Amino acid sequence: MKRVVEGSEAVAEAVRLARVNVISAYPITPQTHIVEFLSEYCANGTMDARFLRVESEHSALAALIGTATTGVRSFTATSGQGLALMHELLHWTSGARLPIVMAEVNRALAPGWNIWVDQTDSLAQRDTGWIQLYCEDSQEVLDTIIQAYRLGELVDLPVMVVLDAFFLSHTYEPVDVPDQKLVDDYLPSWEPKFQLDTEKPCAFGPLVTPAFYMEMRHAIAGAMEDALEVFPRVEDEFEKIFDRRYGEIEAVSCNDAEIILVTSGTATSTSRLVVENLRAKGEKVGLLKIKLFRPFPVELVRKVLAPAKKVAVIDRNFSFGASGIFAQEIRAALCNTMKHPPVFGYVAGIGGRDVTADVIEDIYRRAKASDFPEGESVWVGLQEN
Amino acid sequence: MEQTMHENEYLYSGHVACSGCGAAIAMRFLLKALGEKTIIVLPACCWSIIAGPYPQSSLKVPVIHSAFEAGGAVASGVRAALDVKGDTETTVVTWAGDGGTFDIGFQALSGAVERNEDFIYVCYDNEAYMNTGIQRSSSTPYGAWTTTTPGIEWKKLRKKNIVEALVAHRIPYAATANIAFPEDLVRKAKKAKEIKGSRFLHIYSSCPTGWRIPSEMSIKIARMAVQTNIFPLYEVEDGVNYTINYKSKEYPVREYFKLQGRFKHLSDKDLEQIQEMVNEDWQRLLKKA
Repeated sequence: MKRVVEGSEAVAEAVRLARVNVISAYPITPQTHIVEFLSEYCANGTMDARFLRVESEHSALAALIGTATTGVRSFTATSGQGLALMHELLHWTSGARLPIVMAEVNRALAPGWNIWVDQTDSLAQRDTGWIQLYCEDSQEVLDTIIQAYRLGELVDLPVMVVLDAFFLSHTYEPVDVPDQKLVDDYLPSWEPKFQLDTEKPCAFGPLVTPAFYMEMRHAIAGAMEDALEVFPRVEDEFEKIFDRRYGEIEAVSCNDAEIILVTSGTATSTSRLVVENLRAKGEKVGLLKIKLFRPFPVELVRKVLAPAKKVAVIDRNFSFGASGIFAQEIRAALCNTMKHPPVFGYVAGIGGRDVTADVIEDIYRRAKASDFPEGESVWVGLQEN
Repeated sequence: MEQTMHENEYLYSGHVACSGCGAAIAMRFLLKALGEKTIIVLPACCWSIIAGPYPQSSLKVPVIHSAFEAGGAVASGVRAALDVKGDTETTVVTWAGDGGTFDIGFQALSGAVERNEDFIYVCYDNEAYMNTGIQRSSSTPYGAWTTTTPGIEWKKLRKKNIVEALVAHRIPYAATANIAFPEDLVRKAKKAKEIKGSRFLHIYSSCPTGWRIPSEMSIKIARMAVQTNIFPLYEVEDGVNYTINYKSKEYPVREYFKLQGRFKHLSDKDLEQIQEMVNEDWQRLLKKA
């Protein structure tokens, strides 16, 4: 049924539809509406789940390591500082091969305190072994959370579904909230391979010597590769029932494009409009949206970008001492191809500053006017002095 | 008297604890009391090693190792999941050292017991970070040498009173226990098992390696800790009802201190001061009971 819902409500509806057993979360702006909706569902009986009202984000994820190791479907949500506090346990979750799903509302990191959108929080966790999916609108958020359980439970890895603060979390949009029966048809109950069981006593996460540790890490690397294979299947199954799919990446007007803009999150929606307008004026511009960031879909990205003359990456994040993080990944994906276009990195919208159509068009014009990138990153929209 | 302690072993003999390790003895007695329907949550501590390296386990019950500071939270999750599955029979136990309880794990512990999570939290207390090589914790007693309180910098701060901190949460049950008093320990563990909500056991567990004592002195020193009133045996129900379980012999603390290398630098004057501190704590406890 189509309803006008807030982005946070789309998250909560998906969690309810996925028949999550335990939610454990700690409030942080701009994630709070998600936990409020879920608390309400648990309180009014429309969701049959336990809500653990823990005393920190660290404990939120630690508790879910307990629930998932005991074999029940588990969910948390956080933002910015909360994700940073969870860092140790992000590694633990993937190391323990637990398919926990998290909604991560991108928020800038302090100091100074800033509650607005910035992707550095989630991208700084790129090496923690979580699958990362960046969403563009509320429908995609709802669908992706349901898919995330399917995907994570098939490859035994945790999944982070990432959405922009406010632009997504607090914005109302029409969203198709599917029937429970259809979601049940799509998402079977989770059958964990191992779990805490007094009938079959095992030790989970013990001391592992160099004789075994490396193989265990290699298995996680393999699971990430498997996720690349499994993701399109998960989308095929979803499309059959719900008639929607998003792709690991989405290429818009890229076939004959000379310059391709690369975006993620809500900046993609604005970029679609810019590309349409520029095309109408005869500009050969395309747009590549990156949804799946971990595992990074290297082959798919190469295929789209290699024929272009220039690539312009818009990063709403920054790795100090290096560059925008999507730009790094794009460069790494292209460098082992024999012939590839130069990658122009642009940093925009840090700490919630608007990435308007004008900003995006300015980025396109700059890339068009330069023969080669001036540096690893160009910050756009900075105030004078 | 019927001898039953040799029955129901849940700890294999091949565990890798140091000889004379109080923590191994404490676990053995605890599991005798709780039985096979027990899940152990094990934050980083000496027992992370004693439990055995992959693919071995020294315990006959399921174990989930956890991050150092997360013992209270992981147990909350295991309990919640068992509840979801309708398993009310299994007892969830967090088994943590003093570092994981008094220091880095205190937040998760306080959070869990404030929520009155239905589990038993056991702190086996060896009074320092022994697994990393004898560094001071907030459980290290006044007067002790450790590798981070060496020479004249020996610890000049009191041990944190963890039981009173837990009692302040008004949890259904909090008790001290000691490896030299196995019947009392087993009784308290069995009693804890029958109570709903958050239960806390503080078990004195001597550490020959870290305390600089011969391994055969482990039990004797543990017994003396009780006989000198340094570590009184008592229990508190619902945060208010105190019961002292052992009638003190009020032996002088000097007897306890002089046997341990970790205290050998202390002067007579220091020991007199410590005696006063122990007397004061004992009187305060008597007033509550």
